Amino acid sequence: MAGLDVRGLSVSLFTRGGVLPALSEVSLSVQPGRTLALVGESGCGKSMTALAIMRLLPEPPARIIAGKVMLGDTDLAALPERRMLGVRGKAVSMIFQDPMSSLNPVVPVGQQIMEVLRRHENLSGSAARTRAAELLTLVGIPDAEARLDEYPHRLSGGMCQRVMIAIAIACRPAVLVADEPTTALDVTVQAQILELLKRLQAETGMALLLITHDLGVVAEMADEVAVMYAGRVVEQGPVDAIFAAPLHPYTRGLLGATPSGGTAGRHTRLADIPGSVPSLAELPAGCAFAPRCKLAHAACTAQPPLKAEAPGHLAACFAALGVPAHAA
Amino acid sequence: MAVATPGLFRRFARNRAALLGLVILVAVIALALAAPTLYPRNPLRIVGPAELWPLQDPRFPLGTDSIGRNIAAIIAHGARATLLIGLFASLTATLIGVTIGSVAAWFGGWVDELLMRFTEMFQVVPGLVFVLTIVSILGGTVQNITIAVGVVSWTGIARLTRAEFLTLRDREFVQACRAMGMPDWRIVLAEVLPNALPPVIVLSSLAVASAILFESAVSFLGLGDPQVASWGRLVGEGRTLIRSSWYISAVPGVAIMLMVLALNLIGDGLNDALNPKLRNR
Amino acid sequence: MLRLLRRRLLQGVPLILGVIIMNFLLIQAAPGSFLDVMSAESQVSDPAMLEQLRVTYGMDQPVWLQLVKYIWSVARLDFGFSYRQNMPVLDVILASLPATLVLMLASLLIALLLGVTAGVVAAVKVNTIWDNLLSFLAVLFFAAPSFWLGIMLTVLFAVKLGWVPVGGMMSITASNQGIVATVLDVLHHLALPAMALGLFYAAVYARVMRAAMLEVLSLDFIRTARAKGLGRWRVVLAHGLRNALLPIVTLFGLQFGTVLGGSIVVETVFSWPGLGSLMLDSVSSRNYPVVLGVLVFSSIVVILVNIAVDLAYLRLDPRIRAR
Ligand SMILES: Nc1ncnc2c1ncn2[C@@H]1O[C@H](COP(=O)(O)OP(=O)(O)OP(=O)(O)O)[C@@H](O)[C@H]1O
Ligand code: SF4
Ligand SMILES: [Mg+2]
Repeated sequence: MAGLDVRGLSVSLFTRGGVLPALSEVSLSVQPGRTLALVGESGCGKSMTALAIMRLLPEPPARIIAGKVMLGDTDLAALPERRMLGVRGKAVSMIFQDPMSSLNPVVPVGQQIMEVLRRHENLSGSAARTRAAELLTLVGIPDAEARLDEYPHRLSGGMCQRVMIAIAIACRPAVLVADEPTTALDVTVQAQILELLKRLQAETGMALLLITHDLGVVAEMADEVAVMYAGRVVEQGPVDAIFAAPLHPYTRGLLGATPSGGTAGRHTRLADIPGSVPSLAELPAGCAFAPRCKLAHAACTAQPPLKAEAPGHLAACFAALGVPAHAA
Repeated sequence: MAVATPGLFRRFARNRAALLGLVILVAVIALALAAPTLYPRNPLRIVGPAELWPLQDPRFPLGTDSIGRNIAAIIAHGARATLLIGLFASLTATLIGVTIGSVAAWFGGWVDELLMRFTEMFQVVPGLVFVLTIVSILGGTVQNITIAVGVVSWTGIARLTRAEFLTLRDREFVQACRAMGMPDWRIVLAEVLPNALPPVIVLSSLAVASAILFESAVSFLGLGDPQVASWGRLVGEGRTLIRSSWYISAVPGVAIMLMVLALNLIGDGLNDALNPKLRNR
Repeated sequence: MLRLLRRRLLQGVPLILGVIIMNFLLIQAAPGSFLDVMSAESQVSDPAMLEQLRVTYGMDQPVWLQLVKYIWSVARLDFGFSYRQNMPVLDVILASLPATLVLMLASLLIALLLGVTAGVVAAVKVNTIWDNLLSFLAVLFFAAPSFWLGIMLTVLFAVKLGWVPVGGMMSITASNQGIVATVLDVLHHLALPAMALGLFYAAVYARVMRAAMLEVLSLDFIRTARAKGLGRWRVVLAHGLRNALLPIVTLFGLQFGTVLGGSIVVETVFSWPGLGSLMLDSVSSRNYPVVLGVLVFSSIVVILVNIAVDLAYLRLDPRIRAR
C-alpha cells in the first residue's frame, strides 16, 4: 500500500481583495499503517490542507499553485479531474467534523454507502446492499441490516460518524483523511470513534491523516505530529519528541510549555497563546509568528526555513535552529 | 435605526440592475407627469387614420390603434393610471398587512390564531378570481380595482410583519421601553414598527409590480373603466388585429413589462441593500 | 400520514367556511339586490319566477338566517342555479373544469421542466455567462404579462409561422378521427396557451431553484458526495436536486391559486373553453351564482391541492415525517 507524501504544497485564495497565501510550501508524509496528527489553531489551514489533498478545495477562490501530492507514484495535484474522480473515495477517503450534516438528510444511509460501492467496486443492487450491511457491522453498528433503511436524522452523531467511516473505508483506501472527526461528539463517543479508527487502521493498514485540536487525541493516536501556523508547517516530528522537547515557540505555546522544556500535559486541549492569528491578508514579512513570539528578534523578518534539528524532527524557527538573538 | 441609513443608496446603487430599474421607474413617472402637457386633449379621442404603424408618421411615434387613436398618448396617460393603481393597491395591501401582522404578533394568543386563519383564508382565494368577483359585483371603477387588488395582496406582508414583530418583541430595547412604562401603542409605533419595516418595504415594492399585473389583466379582459386610458385595455383591443397590426398589442405590453421589470429589479435591489446578510446570494 | 391528512382536512373546514361567509358578504354588499341585477340583465324576467327566487334565496328572511341557509347549501355542494346555462352552477363549473386542469397541468409541467433545469444550470454555473443569461430571461418572463406573452406567441407561431392554431381546444374535424388523433390535436392547440401561462412560472421556479440549489450546494453532504468520487452532475442531480426541490414543492402549492387566476386570462386569449372563459363570461354578464361558485370552488381546490402538497412533502422530506 502506498503512503501519502505532500511536497511543497501551496494554495492561494484568489479573492476580490487580492491573492491570499492560504497554504505555503506545506510538506507532510504519512506511511501506510501510521498516523500523522495535524494540529494548530483555528484558521491555520488544516482543513485547507486536507481539502487540497482531496482536490476538493472551493474553486474559486482557492487554487493549488505549487507542489505535489504524491500517492505512491501518482501526483494527485496534477491529475485531471476525471481521473481524480476515480481516486476520491477509492484510494483516498475523507471524513468530516460534523457527521450529522455530512450525510444527505433525504437519502437512507444504506443507499449512501451503496453509492460509493457502486461507483468504485462495480457492485450492483443486492451485492452492494450486503456489503453495506457488512460495513455497518464492521464500524460497530448493531442490527446493520435494519439500519440501512434509516435516515440520518434518526441516528445519533456518533452513529452518523460511524456511517461516514463506513463510507470512507468501503473501498479500502490507502489513505484516510479525518478532519476533526470527533470534535462534534460527546466525550465517550469520541473515544469509541478513535478506537474504531485505530482498529480499522490495524486491519487495513491505511495511512491516517488526523486533524485535531485535542492533545489527548494526538497522544492517543499519532505516530507523528505536524504543527501548522498561518498556512505553514512550523514543526514536525515523532509524537514523543514533540511532546518531550517542542522546538518551535508556537508549539510550546500550544502545549502550554515553558521554553525550558516539559509540557503541561497530554490530556488538555491546545493552550491559548496570547495574541491572535494574523489574517492571511496581513501576514507579516518573515516569520508569521513573530508578533506573538517572545523570542522574536531581527532575523525573524526573514522566512525561517524548515530544518531538521534532530533526525526526523524539523522546525521552522531561527531561535530553535540556534540562531542567537544577538546574531543579526 | 431608521430606514434611510446612510450608505443605503450606495449599497442599492452598487446593484446595477436595481439602478436600471430605478431609471425606468423615474422615466415612467416623468412620462406620467408630463402626459397632460404632452397630450392635453383626451387620449381616447380619434386623431388620425387607423392602424398606422409606429414611426410611419412623426405625429404618432408609436402609431395609431384600430380606430385611429394616438398610441403614444394612451401610453402616456395610461402610465398615470398604472402608477396610481399600482401604488395605491400596494399601499392598501401594506396597510392591511402591517396592521394585521403587528396586531397578531403583539397580542398573540387567540388574536394571533384568529388573524392568521383569516390570513390563510385570503391565501387560498385565487387573487384574480377575487378581483374579478369584486369587479363584477361592485363595478370596474378605478377605486374598486385598486382596493380589490390591495385586498388580495396583503397576506405576505402580514406574515412578514408578524415574523419581524415576534423577533423584535423580546429584544432588549423593547423590554427597556416597557420597563420605562411607555404605553404599548407608543412602543409599537415608535420602536418596533420602524425596525420591522425595512423587509416589509421590499415586499411592498414587489406588491406594486404584482398590482400592476393584476390591473392590466382586469383591463385586458375589458372589465376596467372604459373612460380611463390603460395599457392592459389597449393590449386587449389590439388583439383582434394581430394579423395586420400586431404592434397595437405589442407596444403597451412592452410598457407593462418594462414597468413590472423595473419594480422587480428595484425590489431585489432594496432587498440586497436592506438585508446585507443575504447580499452575497 | 392519515392522521395528518385528517388534521389538515379539518383545518381546511374553517377556511372554506370563511370563504363562504366572505362570499355571502359580497352578495350583501352588491348595490341593489342580486335579483334586481339578474332581472335587469334579463336572465329572469317572469315576476312570478323572481318571487320564487326571492324565497329560494331567502331574501325575505333576516340576514343571519340567509347566511346559515347559504352555508348549508354550499356544504351540500349546491352553489345555486345558472339561468344563463340553465344548469346548476356546480354542473356548469364541472363542465369547464377539465379544460382548465389540462391547461394548468401542461403549464406547470412546462414551468417545472424549464424552471428547474434553468435554475439548476444557473446555480451550477453560478456567475458565468450561462447564469447571467438564464437569470436575465427569468426576470424578463417574470415581468411579462401572460396575456401579452400569449398574444405575442400567437403572432409569431400561429400567424407568422403557422405552426399551431390561433385558438380553441381542438379542431372541428378532430372528434371523429380516433383517440390518438384527438389527443394530438388537443396538444397542438395546447402548446401556445401552456407556454404563455407556463413561462411566467418557469421564471419563478428558476429563481427559486437557483437560490435553493446554491444554498444546498454549499452544504456539507455535497462535499461528502464529492469525496466519494461522484462526478459534478451526479452530485448535483442525485444529492443537490432532491433537497433543492423542497422549496419548489411548497411554492407549487402556494401558487396553485395564482396559476388558476392566470389561466383565466390565458384562456380568454386562446378561446380555451375552461373555467377562465366561464368566469369571464359570467363576470361580463353578471351571472353572480356562477361567479361566486367559481370563487368558492377554486378556493376549495386550492386548499385540497395544498393538503396534497403537504402529503407529498412528507414523502420527500424524512425529517418532517419524524415529527
Ligand atoms: N473563501 C475564503 N476567502 C478568504 N479566506 C478564506 C476562505 N476560505 C478559507 N479562508 C481562510 O483560509 C484559512 C484556512 O482555513 P481552514 O479552514 O483550513 O482552517 P482550519 O485550520 O481548518 O481551522 P479550524 O480549526 O477552525 O477548522 C483561514 O484563515 C480562513 O479564514
Ligand atoms: S522565527 Fe523568530 S519569530 Fe518566528 S518563532 Fe522563531 S523566534 Fe519566534
Ligand atoms: Mg478546519
